[in-house]
Amino acid sequence: MAALHFHNVTLGYDRHPAVHHLSGEVARGALVAVIGPNGAGKSTLLRGIVGILKPLDGSIHLGGLDSRDVAYLPQSAEIDRSFPISVFDFVGTGLWRGTGLFGGIGKAAREKILRAIASVGLNGFENRPIGTLSGGQMQRVLFARVVLQDASLIVLDEPFNAIDSKTTADLLALVKQWHGEGRTVLAALHDMEMVRNHFSQTLVLARGPVAWGPTAEVLTPENLLVAMRMCEAFDDSAAACAADDVSSRAA
Amino acid sequence: MLYDALIGPFTEFEFMRRALAAVIALSLAGAPIGVFLMLRRMSLVGDAMAHAILPGAAVGFLLSGLNLFAMTAGGLIAGFAVAILAGVVARSTGLKEDASLATFYLASLALGVTIVSIKGTNIDLLHVLFGNILAMDDQTLLVVAFNATVTLLVLAVIYRPLVIESVDPLFLRTVSRAGGPAHLAFLALVVINLVNGFQALGTLLAVGLMILPAGIARFWSRDLTAMICIAVVAAAASGYAGLVLSFQTRVPSGPAIILVATVIYIVSVLFGRVGGVVRQLFPGRHLEA
Repeated sequence: MAALHFHNVTLGYDRHPAVHHLSGEVARGALVAVIGPNGAGKSTLLRGIVGILKPLDGSIHLGGLDSRDVAYLPQSAEIDRSFPISVFDFVGTGLWRGTGLFGGIGKAAREKILRAIASVGLNGFENRPIGTLSGGQMQRVLFARVVLQDASLIVLDEPFNAIDSKTTADLLALVKQWHGEGRTVLAALHDMEMVRNHFSQTLVLARGPVAWGPTAEVLTPENLLVAMRMCEAFDDSAAACAADDVSSRAA
Repeated sequence: MLYDALIGPFTEFEFMRRALAAVIALSLAGAPIGVFLMLRRMSLVGDAMAHAILPGAAVGFLLSGLNLFAMTAGGLIAGFAVAILAGVVARSTGLKEDASLATFYLASLALGVTIVSIKGTNIDLLHVLFGNILAMDDQTLLVVAFNATVTLLVLAVIYRPLVIESVDPLFLRTVSRAGGPAHLAFLALVVINLVNGFQALGTLLAVGLMILPAGIARFWSRDLTAMICIAVVAAAASGYAGLVLSFQTRVPSGPAIILVATVIYIVSVLFGRVGGVVRQLFPGRHLEA
């Protein structure tokens, strides 16, 4: 059973591909790291998966999942930290799927929100405005919201950037807990050590897929070097892509 | 003595009672909209829209005189036309949305004043530009109250998506399609309330009863619900005090209301609990944790 199908997907901006001819699938319940140099198309791929970016070509299938079954944690969230909203209310927005426009937040929902806040170690922060949190605390809040979303596919874009080791360890434990609960998790990462130790599958991306499979086989110096070289800049005068030499493989 | 000054005008004169009812209705609906305009950093957009509705209202005036229905309909059409046109120009060219809005609203203001001048007198022009809350008839008052009621109902429906879209638009986009419609509904509410304030305060000051109370509220609370309540109270208080001031002196009612709001605003800037100047200058000794 696959949670995600890529059919010759090309994603990009203004017709310029940022992810080029990607095919393959992600098994349900897999824990996949997406790695590659800056500009390799990691974020673009994740945006494509959650449906914010429409593919230029090809298609992405969510294996029967509704877009609401997907939780997405963007790299640089466009969050207005000055908006007067408390940690409790902000995390509570994760219940949107259940409450929608009018659904009440009853006692059970309150309990759930408190438990999610506790699960990221922020007990006592419920009434703090989000503007008063540190970067690491804000990341914990965002993870708490993902917890509440109760999604079967979780997409994390460089979730441990600029986060200290204690917070990283706590949040990584949460990721592994999600994996244990049978959820599919995709994470764009830069820390090779973390990928090697904690993620079973890896996709090395450099606009096109360089390698995709079990981490131990994929994460080789050769592959990383290839990925490094393949990242070139947009060519403004590039011709329309005619090539259908789909250089990709299924995981 | 004090009774005569503060309550007397309202027990004695019907037009004062009508004006007070109108200003309270305007406060109830307009102030919450103003809070969201401020929090979404759209205060100046509100101002621009206020000018943009003028030609539409002026065409309504041209066709049927000082009739609020016609002027409201015209204002709504013009407001949406300008909002959409500015959006289209910004999107299809490199021009930023604020720059294209500025162009459109200056053009609208010029066009509106021209249209009013063609048919009306200078008195009419003054009326359109600065309103006359003391000249409300029953019908107008009902329209104002109706618009305020609609505003509060719609705001209740779009409240959640509006809040989430203000804090984290990307998140709302991934969980729901309500963001776009909520934003459009919100813009519609802005236009409706501007048109609503039009009769009382005129096109130039209508936005004042939305934005100033929001600015005041920001200095007294960090909580959204409290901000909205403070803004409504501040708007209603300015309205009441402005009416009294206008009755006792010869200051026109619209400017009087906005001037009172401005005084409250200045006091808030100086002495507000949240980020007020005095608080910042004398914050007290730092805490232990």
